[in-house]
Amino acid sequence: MKKTIAAGIFGLTLATAGLANAEPVKIGVITTLSGGGAGLGTDMRDAFVLAMKQSGNKDVELVIEDDAQKPEIAVQIAEKMIQSDKVDLMTGIIWSNLAMAVVPNAVSQDIIYLSPNAGPSALAGAKCSPNYFNVAYQNDNFHEAMGQYANKDYKKTFILAPNYPAGKDSLTGFKRYYKGELAGEIYTQVGQTDYAAEIAQIRDSGADSVFFFLPGGMGIAFMKQYAQSGVNIPVMGPSFSFSQDILPAVGDAALGVKNSASWAKDLDNEANKAFVEAFQAEYNRLPSVYAAQSWDTANLILSAMAKASVKDKDAFRAALKAADFKSVRGDFSFNTNNHPIQNIYVREVIKEGDVLTNKIIGTAFEKHGDAYAEQCKM
Amino acid sequence: MSIALLIEQLLNGLQLGVMLFLMAAGLTLIFGVMGLINLAHGSLYMVGAFACAAVAAATGSFWIGLVASLIASAAAGAITEIVVIRRLYDRDHLDQVLATFALILMFSEGMRWLFGSFPLYLDIPPLLQGAVPLPGVGQYQLYRLAIIGVGIVVAIGLYFLIARTRLGMRIRAGESDREMIGALGVDIRTLYTVVFALGAALAGLAGAMVGALQSVQVGMGEPVLILAFVVIVIGGIGSIKGALFGAILVGVVDTMGRFLLPKIFALVLPAAQAGLIGAALASMLIYIVMAFILAFRPSGLFAAQS
Repeated sequence: MKKTIAAGIFGLTLATAGLANAEPVKIGVITTLSGGGAGLGTDMRDAFVLAMKQSGNKDVELVIEDDAQKPEIAVQIAEKMIQSDKVDLMTGIIWSNLAMAVVPNAVSQDIIYLSPNAGPSALAGAKCSPNYFNVAYQNDNFHEAMGQYANKDYKKTFILAPNYPAGKDSLTGFKRYYKGELAGEIYTQVGQTDYAAEIAQIRDSGADSVFFFLPGGMGIAFMKQYAQSGVNIPVMGPSFSFSQDILPAVGDAALGVKNSASWAKDLDNEANKAFVEAFQAEYNRLPSVYAAQSWDTANLILSAMAKASVKDKDAFRAALKAADFKSVRGDFSFNTNNHPIQNIYVREVIKEGDVLTNKIIGTAFEKHGDAYAEQCKM
Repeated sequence: MSIALLIEQLLNGLQLGVMLFLMAAGLTLIFGVMGLINLAHGSLYMVGAFACAAVAAATGSFWIGLVASLIASAAAGAITEIVVIRRLYDRDHLDQVLATFALILMFSEGMRWLFGSFPLYLDIPPLLQGAVPLPGVGQYQLYRLAIIGVGIVVAIGLYFLIARTRLGMRIRAGESDREMIGALGVDIRTLYTVVFALGAALAGLAGAMVGALQSVQVGMGEPVLILAFVVIVIGGIGSIKGALFGAILVGVVDTMGRFLLPKIFALVLPAAQAGLIGAALASMLIYIVMAFILAFRPSGLFAAQS
């Protein structure tokens, strides 16, 4: 099924190069702007564009295209951006399967790719590359944090995730730190919308807690059905089912749920305050974790541009690796495999007036890297 | 594993089946009467869910939303029939598939244009909130029982409509010989529009009811559409009775497969692996059942006489 929907290109604030020595930087942004996953890509794009606009930097040109959440379309766009648009940097992909389709090929052509969201384990380990920078997280991180956190209160957890690579990474990550017993372990179908059968098993399992990773609409469906089922076992999960783009659709069913992420809007630092304020003023909604990561990606690029010319790849890579920017997540540095070392927090869903949002209630990991860095030889 | 859990899972299967029946009934009716393959049926399901969510959010009442979803999806169906579908009856199935696929894209992006990229919120009405005790089961979600109830009412209603009313007689006649009933003075064009709108309204009803259980978002119709096609192929294309039996069979087999297969594999394999293999096989199960049924009854369980 090939969706060829209005893949708009809008070059942004392209002014004539004012300074003679300023090297314009062309950034290709491939993200999901149509179909069911468009909410995530929209947040990613909006934060990125806003960060660039706020910097007032006239040397940045953006080429933004919609991948419709389809790997084959993402690959075509990437090819076009590299061959005919001649971009210097690429970013924007939300989904791990699309990242796996695009990133290895792009970095082998000496394009620097910065991931604002997906962090598949292969790219963190054996297939790592000096041209690949992950500004978000390695896929296992949030799940590891929830496993660590669960040790505090729970002894018998029921875990479930969809049957695809990121789902398996998720449960592996959770189990890496969780010391208790598992009441059950279920893999659901990708795109499944009815969870009655799974909820009945949770009820029957004698679990004292439930951990689930169900991104997008799957998580909305699960939470709504769980809240109606009469099962009262506490639920937890990575932030993907409790981020700002999804909470309004889940409704009050999400209240009180603990979830893990590297960021929340109440994280106390100057950069974050400025970001949340600017985003809300511009778009009239609260930013999600995807917006935060994308904002950091844009600022990381700007920090490197201030230090080195993008044409001098070695110097530019070194400037990126220094991570000399004010992250909205507080302390941020790159590990040996160009993946973040950062704190992972536990958040709780609360209500501020009528708006559901998250508040940080604890720190699961401080300065946490990932399990695959040792396998990376670069 | 207790008997209560088994009964609960059977009810879950029945509920999924009833929901599929609402989709499949319209699909099979449209195919049976007009010979049209309508891929955009899932989009009408989505229209129903969006209409219900939007109107419920504006008025605060799920019930007004439900009525709005019926009206919106029937209207969308009727307009689509008059503007596009009408031109496709004499074309072959490939043209129909292409045109209705284009409709999917237009509906999806149209909904995104109207309602934005983020999923909408639709909650179960207060009257049907929560779970009720059932003898032998323990707690069971009230809303799912209500869906089963609505499905039964719709099935009976459709039976009466087709078997006992003048409209039903014309539908049956249209199925057997289109030219003849045209020659007898029945306005076949209006009849087709009515049938198409009826099928669309059923899909919209399913979308609105299911929307309260899951997320109302662009593209929500397509996974259900695939299952609905499996149902009508198993049941026999064009047969409402087949759609009912096919839907319940698919619902129960799918639910029980997801529930039992990992448990069966767990007897011989470690838990994590059993979960993975069980889940993989469970997702194939209904297609295996379909292949098996088609091997013995190539035109489905209740094939309409051709």
